[in-house]
Amino acid sequence: MPAPIGTKVVTSRFGNEEAKTLAGYEKTGGYQTLRKALAMRPEDVLNEVKASNLRGRGGAGFATGVKWGFVPKDATKVHLVCNADESEPGTCKDRELIYWDPHLLIEGMIISAHALKAVHNYIYIRGEMMREYAVLVKAVEEAYARGYLGKNVLGSGIEVHLTVHRGAGAYICGEETALLNSLEGRRGQPRLKPPFPAVKGLFGNPTIVNNVETLMNVPPIIDKGGAWFAGLGTGRSGGTRTLCVSGHVNKPGVYELPMDITFTQIINDVCGGVWKGRKVKAVIPGGVSMPPLAADELDVMCEFDALQTDERIKPVMVRPGQQFDLGGGRVLRTMAGSGGIVVLDEATDIPKATWRIMKFFAHESCGQCTPCREGTGWLEKVSRRVAEGNGKPEDVDLLASIAHGIAGNTICALGDAAAWPMLGFLTKFRADFEAAIKRRAA
Amino acid sequence: MSLEFSADAQKKIAALCERYTVSGTKQPVVMAALHLAQKEFGHLSDDALRLVASTLGLPYAHVYGVATFYTMYRREPAGTTTIRMCTNISCMLRDGYDVLAAFEKQLGIKKGESTSNKKFHLVEEECIAACANAPCAVVGTKYYLDITPDQVGKIIAELEREPHPESEVV
Repeated sequence: MPAPIGTKVVTSRFGNEEAKTLAGYEKTGGYQTLRKALAMRPEDVLNEVKASNLRGRGGAGFATGVKWGFVPKDATKVHLVCNADESEPGTCKDRELIYWDPHLLIEGMIISAHALKAVHNYIYIRGEMMREYAVLVKAVEEAYARGYLGKNVLGSGIEVHLTVHRGAGAYICGEETALLNSLEGRRGQPRLKPPFPAVKGLFGNPTIVNNVETLMNVPPIIDKGGAWFAGLGTGRSGGTRTLCVSGHVNKPGVYELPMDITFTQIINDVCGGVWKGRKVKAVIPGGVSMPPLAADELDVMCEFDALQTDERIKPVMVRPGQQFDLGGGRVLRTMAGSGGIVVLDEATDIPKATWRIMKFFAHESCGQCTPCREGTGWLEKVSRRVAEGNGKPEDVDLLASIAHGIAGNTICALGDAAAWPMLGFLTKFRADFEAAIKRRAA
Repeated sequence: MSLEFSADAQKKIAALCERYTVSGTKQPVVMAALHLAQKEFGHLSDDALRLVASTLGLPYAHVYGVATFYTMYRREPAGTTTIRMCTNISCMLRDGYDVLAAFEKQLGIKKGESTSNKKFHLVEEECIAACANAPCAVVGTKYYLDITPDQVGKIIAELEREPHPESEVV
């Protein structure tokens, strides 16, 4: 049985001001799991994480233990990097997690660094998160002073260092190879993969990049066991998910919820329903990079595999009659993404909302790949004229054609992140775009 | 005119150089050094970039490239307290654009501009990760959540009394 609503794995200290300090964290059992982990062999920690079915909470949902397993066995210098560059519109969980429980993240990183035999480790935090940067810097200092970090962690002979690296404003740095370039003091432009960071990452060394929430799940996994964590979840997805619900609901918020909860339950049971007594028009399931769900697709689970495969979610189309091909004939429904759920009510101007999303991607494209640099700008311009009532009849197909030209043709996923929601909104709300264009003709 | 880092900034840079384990270069410290330079000199003039370059032994072109890639580094002087008002999707759905317009009206400037007394700088920001409390703005270490247009006057007055320059955490 998956965890019931109310189960708290990573948000148990939310609202507890005292727990933000080292003393307060220790009082609630903090750093006890680290002692347990240090007595374990690195491979045993890794095996627990593998058994937990923990999947990356940053967006891709990749199995964390499998990712850790990609580090070459003979590697002599390994790095663990925490991706705290949370910038995906609609996503606000990592910032809250850091603010309320910085030491859980640090404990998670030390345990993970032990499993990976990583000595020099980094937290890359978004430049705009100035309050959380200050919280983390203070917490790291406390952890050093207490011997949890340093040359000889708690006398175990294990060396673990942690440095907080502050960004300076660039969404692209949430992409792991752009993040590594930024950490190396370069412009944050993504690298071609392969080689993947687990083989060749920071300073050319094997590097594991994990999301904040992912790493904060590690202490509970080591404390209570991988099987326990796997049992909290469903299918191949262990644990709970911290979801951020925003937009047109009565009670927006950051909620830790069971893996098998449906969007209907989230909106009605957790968030008090749609505001102003209205109905849902669309739901963005995991940050604006993910294709939207229509009102009749909300009974699916907010779980990694379900969102990709549940046949109740209509496939994204390039145009009526032509499915978007993810490669090898795979259809694109949507993905769980970053956990940023945005609810759009029936009064929402869909072309205008789509334009705002495209404006974001045009602003954030790093400029390295032509299809993305030029294409996101075109998407912004054409979607804006449609939204402003100046669209031309051919603009619907033009938007689809531009998006299709970007998808799959760039170094990193930012191009796809713009193309997928564009195609998704056109697939499910084509009539709204056509109506906006007809307004001009009338 | 040549610039110098303060003793405190020099100490911070030297300490950071120890934290990145790559031999032969201080390049990973460039972002922190740029934040420090911006704190000390208000903005990143050509001279400030030259100072960062010489301090870390990097080519000027590299430092220039980094400084112009990230949006929080500013090449021109601007108001001390930066108000970053989000208008991205979650904020837009809850009238974030009306709040931005209220800031523009109250300050008498457009987004991207600074007030003539150099107290405030207004930025239309992309998502600041406080979507559950949209519309929202971040000002240094201070968040303003669930803002309505009629609260903007009070926010400005509060920031007049208690400024939150972004350099407070550098």
